[in-house]
Amino acid sequence: MSGTTHDIAAERRRHPEVFRGKGWLRWILLAGICAYLLYLMWLFDFSRVFTDLPRVWVIVRLMVDWTHIAEWDHAELWRSMLETVAMAYLGTMLAVVFAVPLGFLGARNVIPRPVFHFFTRRLFDGLRGLDQLIWALVFVRAMGLGPIAGIMAIAVAETGVLSKLFAEAVENIDRKQVEGITSVGAGLLGRLRFGVLPQVLPVMISQTLYSIESNSREATILGLVGAGGIGLRLSERIQINAWDQVAYVIVLILISVALIDATSRYLRLRLIG
Amino acid sequence: MTASDPTDDPAYRLFQQRFGVLRRSRQTETALTIAAVILLFVIAAAWTDFSPEKVADGIPRIGEYFGKLFSIEPKGSPAPMAVLALPHLFGSVKEPQSVAYWFYRIGTYLSLLWQTIQMAILATALGFGAAFALSFPATRTFVGSRFIVFATRRFLEVMRTIPQVVLAFILVWPFGIGPLAGIVAIAIHTTGTLGKLFCELNENADLRPVEGIRSVGGSWLAQIRFGVVPQVLPGFLSYALLRFEINVRSSTIIGFVGAGGIGQELKRVIGFNIYEEVSAIVILILLIVVAIDLLSEKIRHRFIGAVR
Repeated sequence: MSGTTHDIAAERRRHPEVFRGKGWLRWILLAGICAYLLYLMWLFDFSRVFTDLPRVWVIVRLMVDWTHIAEWDHAELWRSMLETVAMAYLGTMLAVVFAVPLGFLGARNVIPRPVFHFFTRRLFDGLRGLDQLIWALVFVRAMGLGPIAGIMAIAVAETGVLSKLFAEAVENIDRKQVEGITSVGAGLLGRLRFGVLPQVLPVMISQTLYSIESNSREATILGLVGAGGIGLRLSERIQINAWDQVAYVIVLILISVALIDATSRYLRLRLIG
Repeated sequence: MTASDPTDDPAYRLFQQRFGVLRRSRQTETALTIAAVILLFVIAAAWTDFSPEKVADGIPRIGEYFGKLFSIEPKGSPAPMAVLALPHLFGSVKEPQSVAYWFYRIGTYLSLLWQTIQMAILATALGFGAAFALSFPATRTFVGSRFIVFATRRFLEVMRTIPQVVLAFILVWPFGIGPLAGIVAIAIHTTGTLGKLFCELNENADLRPVEGIRSVGGSWLAQIRFGVVPQVLPGFLSYALLRFEINVRSSTIIGFVGAGGIGQELKRVIGFNIYEEVSAIVILILLIVVAIDLLSEKIRHRFIGAVR
C-alpha cells in the first residue's frame, strides 16, 4: 500500500499538469450555475411543490378510484379518441399532399437558385416554428370549435416539418442513379420516376408514418383549446374535477398511442423492409 | 438476328415468367396500399365531419382573421388600416402604423418571454438532474437486479408518455395558476425523455474503466462516478441542450392551460380578440424560438467539437 502512495506522489511530482485538473475555475462556474438555479427556484416559489404535495396526493387518490366506471360515458370517450386519431391521420395526409411538391421545390439540386432556396426554407421554418397548439388556437378562432380546426392546425404545422425533411431527402440522393437513367435517354419525368423516386420514397413513407405517430400524440392535446378530439373531453373532466375519468382518459390515450406506435413500426418494416 | 436469339433460351424465359409474377404481385400490393390509404382517408373524413366544402367555407374566414391580425383601428379612425406603414414606421408609441405603436406593450412581452425562458431553464435543469440519477439504475449493464432496471424504465416511460400539457393542466389544480405547474410538468416530461436517451448512452459506454475501478475495490458509486460519468457527460450535456430548445417551445404554449409564461398572455389576447397584440406576440415567439435554436446549435457544436 505504502508503495502505491509513494508511486503516486512520485508521478504527481513528475507530471504535475495531469493531476492539476481544470481547478478552481470549473468550481466557480459550477457554483455560479447552482446559485442561478437556486435563484430560479426562489423566483418560482419552488418550495410550494413540497408544501402543496398533499393536494397532489388528493388528486392521485381520486384518480385511482375507479368504482364508478360503469357510469362513465364510454361511447363518447371512445368516439373522441377515434376522432383524435382520425384528425392526426387527415392532417398528416393533407400535409403530405402539400409537402411532396414543396419538398422538391425546396431542394437545392432541383432548383439551384440560392435566393429561392433561402425563401422556401424560411417558409418551412415559419410554418413549423409555431407550435401546433398555437395554430389550433388561431384556427379555432377563425373556423369555429371542432375537429376541422385541429386538422388544419396539424396540416399547416406538419407541412413545414415534412417539406423540410422531404427537401433534405431529395438533396441527399445519389446522383449516379439519375445519371444512369439520363444516359439511356429518359426525359424529366423518367428521371424523376426511376432516378429520384425510388431513392426518396422509402424516406418519405417512413417520415410520414412517423409523423402520423407523433401527431396522434400531439392531437390528444389540441382539444384543450377547443380543436376537437379526446382533449376536449379531457379538459371538461379536469374542469369539473372528475379525476377518476381524467385518469381513465389518460390511460386510453397511452394505450392508443402505444397501439399506433406498434402498427406504424410494423408498417414501416413491411413497406420499407 | 442470329441463331442464339435470347428469347429462346429456357433460362431467359423462366426469368421472364418469374419476373412477371413478382412484378404483378408487387403492383397489386402497391395498388392495395394506395386503396387502403384513400379508404382510411375517407373514413377519417366522415368520422370528423371533414369535407372540402367546410374547408372552402373556412378558408375565407382564415384569410379574414389573418388580415385582422395585421390591421389596427385606432380611436377616431374611420376604417381599419395596416399595422405598419412606411411613412410612420419609426414613429413614437402614440403614432399609429409605427413599430412602436404595434409593440407598445413590448416591456410586458419581454418580461413574460424572459419568464418563459427561465421556466425552460429550471425545468431542463431539474429534468437533467432527475434523468441523470435515474439513468444509471435503468441501465442493464450496471445493475444486477433486473427488477430495478425494469421498474426504473417503466417509470421513465410513464413520465414521457403523458402529454406535458395535460400534466400541466392537472397540476394547475394543486399548484395554482402560474409558472410552477408548467415547470413541474416540463421537468417530469424532460426526465422521461432524457432518462431514456442517457440510458442508451450508458449502454454504449466502455466498460473497461468500470472494471478497472472495480478491480481496485471501488464501490458501485465510485465505478459510476469515475468509470462512466467522464465518458458519457459530454453526450448528456449535448442532449440536455437539445432538450432545452424543445422545452423553450413547450414553455411558450404551456401557458394555454394557465401554467405561466407568454402562452398565458397569448391565450388571453386571442380570447379577447386584441388582434394586433396576437400578431406581435406570435412574431416575438417565433423570433425567440429561432434565436434559441441557433444559439444552442452553436453551443452543441462546440461541445461535440471539444469531445472529438
